[in-house]
Amino acid sequence: MDQLVNYLYISAILFSLGLFGVITRRNGIAVLMGVELILNAANINFVAFSRFGGMNLSGHVFSLFVIVLAAAEAAVALAIIITIYNSMQTVNVDDASSMKQ
Amino acid sequence: MDNIYINSSIVILFLPLLAFIIQIFIGKRLPRQGDWVSISAILITLFLAAYMFISMLSQYDPNFKHESSFMWMDLGDFKIQLGFLVDNITIIMLLVVALISSCTHIFSLKYLEGDIRYSRYYAYLGLFTFSMNGIVLANNLVSMYIFWELVGVSSYLLIGHWFEKDSAANAAKKAFLTNRVGDIGFFIGIMTIFTAVGSFAFTDIFEGVAIGSIEGATLTFAGICLFAGAMGKSSQFPLHIWLPDAMEGPTPVSALMHAATMVAAGVYLSVRIFPLMTPDALLFVAYIGGFTALFAAAIALTQNDIKKVLAYSTVSQLGYMILAVGTGVYTAAFFHLLTHAMFKANLFFGSGSVIHSMHHALHKKHDHKTDPQDMRNMGGFKEKMPITFWSMTISTLAIAGVPFFSGFLSKDAILGGTLSFAQQHPQHFLLPMFGFGAAAMTAFYMFRMIFMTFYGKPQMPELYKDIHESPREMTGPLVLLGSLSIFIFYTLPYFNPFSTHGWFTDLVVAKDSFVPGNISAHEIAEHAHHAHMPALVLSLSVAGLGILVAGLMYLKKSLSADAWANNSGPLYKLSLNKFYFDENYDRFLYQPLMKLADKVAYFDWELYDKYFINGFGRITSWLSDISGKFDFDGIDQGLVDGVGRSAKQVGHSLRNIQTGRIQNYILYVLAGAILMIIIQAV
Repeated sequence: MDQLVNYLYISAILFSLGLFGVITRRNGIAVLMGVELILNAANINFVAFSRFGGMNLSGHVFSLFVIVLAAAEAAVALAIIITIYNSMQTVNVDDASSMKQ
Repeated sequence: MDNIYINSSIVILFLPLLAFIIQIFIGKRLPRQGDWVSISAILITLFLAAYMFISMLSQYDPNFKHESSFMWMDLGDFKIQLGFLVDNITIIMLLVVALISSCTHIFSLKYLEGDIRYSRYYAYLGLFTFSMNGIVLANNLVSMYIFWELVGVSSYLLIGHWFEKDSAANAAKKAFLTNRVGDIGFFIGIMTIFTAVGSFAFTDIFEGVAIGSIEGATLTFAGICLFAGAMGKSSQFPLHIWLPDAMEGPTPVSALMHAATMVAAGVYLSVRIFPLMTPDALLFVAYIGGFTALFAAAIALTQNDIKKVLAYSTVSQLGYMILAVGTGVYTAAFFHLLTHAMFKANLFFGSGSVIHSMHHALHKKHDHKTDPQDMRNMGGFKEKMPITFWSMTISTLAIAGVPFFSGFLSKDAILGGTLSFAQQHPQHFLLPMFGFGAAAMTAFYMFRMIFMTFYGKPQMPELYKDIHESPREMTGPLVLLGSLSIFIFYTLPYFNPFSTHGWFTDLVVAKDSFVPGNISAHEIAEHAHHAHMPALVLSLSVAGLGILVAGLMYLKKSLSADAWANNSGPLYKLSLNKFYFDENYDRFLYQPLMKLADKVAYFDWELYDKYFINGFGRITSWLSDISGKFDFDGIDQGLVDGVGRSAKQVGHSLRNIQTGRIQNYILYVLAGAILMIIIQAV
């Protein structure tokens, strides 16, 4: 069971779920959650390749960076969503298109 | 150009032009319409000319000559020099022009008072004086030709001064066009000589003739062509028709241009070119001049318009001068030019004075039908207009060739020369007969004019009491010019009234012809001297006869003019109708020309214009229609607009993809990625 391809399956499922969430959800927070799933799918890949690929710990380090980055991104994105909610009383991304022509 | 004579000549030349420019541009706005500008200009000119004349007299040198040239055109080998020539003939001529022109300016003060184009009239007088002086001062044929044409223009402008009258406008056109005929000959002559000699200057031309660069038939041809210019300007048969009509102009203009100076330009030219004339050319000149003298005098016999009599008299006297040139005594021609200028200008001023007076009298009666120039309406003016009468009588005595008056001297010189020519060449016996016949007729018609105007009973008594002497501005020139018709002014320092010997003959000496083999001036003078006595007796007797017949017919009435007219058969009618020249020119020259012009115009308009030119237009319009269609439908609509339309359509369809939803875009990216993966896998 301890094989690389299983990790890749998990990762692919996770990525597809995340992408599905990003594409289909109207709610901004749900879209963010999809983005988190995609990032974590990538993390799994990093770690799996690092473990099975015979490399050093660089894959682990990379995924640590991505987690930090995701945290920062989530913080900024949530702040933006809260601001949008304050001004528009909605978190629906389709409604927040006033910049669109 | 530091020569005083040349410098004065330049001032004399350009001062009247300056007056012309001032008058034509601002004359109307000046006080008195600016007549004082013109008059002061011409008086300064007169003063300078008189100064030159006196200084010429004090030098008393027959070879007096100053010449100055400047480059006008320099085109490689082709060079034209213009310049001034001042010799005795020039100075005398300058003085004549300045004097008569001054008299005209002053005379016109009253004669044209209140005229609608008063300032313009004075402007044109200035232009004329400028051009005439230009002819006189020219030392070459080109500048002479230029001024020759300018004189023609000013003559045209002044004859047509009252252009509201159709007759005046037509007369102006006739004068200009008739002169053009002669001028074309003049131009051909100039070019013939230039081709052979390569220069326009008189001295170069004479030199060329002397060394034989141009000779024989070519030289004869050139001489006759140059003389054609003189025929036009001096109104010689068959180009004489314009001068009588030119009397439509104001009378002072007739005195200045059509009696004294402009028409004398032809004679002046003949005198200048005499040294290059071959015997054949001279013979042609002599016959033209002689015939004109006789036949114009014959017309003058029966005219009733006072100015017409004088006009034909002028033609006849100019014929005399030309005759003199033709027979070789060209200094006599110039002498007659000088004396004739004085007495003929005076006669014209006198007739102007009479007409002026008649005009005022008629105006008072509100009579606008009676012709103020018809001598049949005059008579008995002697008591009313004494100054006019006496000055005109003196001039008439002069023109008739009565001793003690200037005309006698010059006419005698011409007749003597003609007679001696016939003695040398008996086959040309007609020439002196022309001359003496014209002399008899001249005496007759001039005294007829005097008797009809000033003697006898007033023909219109109701007018007579309003006839009065003209104002001083008009009688002044009359008195001056009348006194200049007395012999003494031409024979000083001698006092013999029967001999032309005087300052003129001392200063204007005939020069030998440059044509090789021509008879020398000395021989001509010798022959003329022998013919002097018979010529004198003959001319006195014919003049006496003419005066006697005129006196019997119009003063004593013992001969009936009407009976003579009836008995003379067709001759009287021929003379009265001016030998039907205008009618014949009209029938045989103008009408065929007009018909030809009509035909040409028909061809030009109906065929050439309508089919060829308009056809071009139609084809072009048709071609451009097609080209326009192609341009609009093919290029504009199809190609240019098509590019725009297709861009629009592509944009339109692409727009549907751009929804503005990021999730859609992600979906597209996903689809694209899947596509790439599939392609990669396959």
